[in-house]
Amino acid sequence: MSFWKFFNTHHAEIFAATREHLTLVFIAMLIAVAIGLPLGMYIVGRPRLQSIALGLANIFQTIPSLALFGFLIPIPFIGGIGARTAVVALVLYALLPILRNTCVGLSAIDPVILEAAAAMGMTERQILFRVRVPLARSVLIAGIRTSTVITIGVATIAAAIGAGGLGVFIFRGVAMVSNAVILAGAVPAALLALAADYLLGLLERRLRVG
Amino acid sequence: MALLLAMDSSSTNTGEPIIEFRGVSYVAGNRGGRPILDGVSLAIHRGETVVLLGKSGAGKTSLMKLINRLQVPTSGEVVVQGSATTAWDVIQLRRGIGYVIQDVGLFPHFDVAHNVTLVPNLENWPKEGEEKRYKEVMQLVGLDPAEYARRLPNQLSGGQRQRVGVARALAADPPILLMDEPFGALDPVTRADLQREFGELAKRLSKTIVLVTHDLREALLLGSRIVLMDDGRVVADAPAREFSSLTHPLVRKYIASQQSPVGHA
Repeated sequence: MSFWKFFNTHHAEIFAATREHLTLVFIAMLIAVAIGLPLGMYIVGRPRLQSIALGLANIFQTIPSLALFGFLIPIPFIGGIGARTAVVALVLYALLPILRNTCVGLSAIDPVILEAAAAMGMTERQILFRVRVPLARSVLIAGIRTSTVITIGVATIAAAIGAGGLGVFIFRGVAMVSNAVILAGAVPAALLALAADYLLGLLERRLRVG
Repeated sequence: MALLLAMDSSSTNTGEPIIEFRGVSYVAGNRGGRPILDGVSLAIHRGETVVLLGKSGAGKTSLMKLINRLQVPTSGEVVVQGSATTAWDVIQLRRGIGYVIQDVGLFPHFDVAHNVTLVPNLENWPKEGEEKRYKEVMQLVGLDPAEYARRLPNQLSGGQRQRVGVARALAADPPILLMDEPFGALDPVTRADLQREFGELAKRLSKTIVLVTHDLREALLLGSRIVLMDDGRVVADAPAREFSSLTHPLVRKYIASQQSPVGHA
């Protein structure tokens, strides 16, 4: 059976899975950004906290994704079978690029500008929100962009713990030894990743200062 | 506006120095190395334009940064408008002191109007007051307020940026202006223009100005008083018009280098 034939007969199912996939990624990214940006702002300029937070985020990144999903299942409250567990795992993966870029972006501001800001009587908070964040915004978006692309890929594994998404076709295709079915999951996932990369790339360039 | 009122009432009090260094030493970091400033005492009065002259590493920039508490003395104290800088609320202290530096430090993401009115904005001036003041200070530094309002710093020439930097420092009408090599990064022609214009402006503004430079010509042109620094100490301190006749060897060296066509740096 060819990919096109499978696509034609199953397109409703594929679209539904794509929507499910996007929902997983969207929720995970929303949470990861909501945690990552403020946490990054908090730990920047606190070297000890920063190395602990980045170290932890790094560790999550190195755990093979299938294993991480597995580890989470038995954990009460956040674990179990289904989308909730998948979102938790995706957030853990998404965190590192956001956190790292937030720290790098916020600390790579021209010291002359920071000195001028301090000398003009801006408070630390005003310097953060009126100077550091606006000047670092394209770097912050770059972190979110990397993180989104990773999450779209990793989210295909969410199907292994019953969270649905495009991974359903990939696992089914592997079981059926059918390239057409694998592609029905892999091609839309790749397109999603490319589209997210492109759109966030546009935003990143638009927000670049100077 | 509270800032303006406070300044008016304090400017009647001319007896006390507006800035006073009392036995100030400053050692960078906590590694107890050679002091950058070593027992400096200096009183600066209202309306003076004091030039801190010296070669790089002499301690002049550090001395200036003690005034707005970008640095804190290791020993001794710096008294600004009657209170030690360490006793001031640092934010209020800094908002009453204009600051101009060689690299200008304009905010690249703010347009000219936003850069200039930053301190009034932080001080919550009413919008109309901010706009009025913007026009005033832009005219003071010789830039058309309307033409430049929406430009970003990277759309300005070096000379224009430096003018905007001066306008920004003047925006909240601070009684004190600190300038660290303000014309150092400009080409010689633009520099000469700006020095001359600023000299005239300074006379009209009656502010207390502390200006750091390594250029004797600039010191003689702009200063009402010249303080020569070397190795963290004040080695000479005289009214500008008497400075050239001082006998201190370092002063003579400066004068000599000024007269010879080469080696003036």
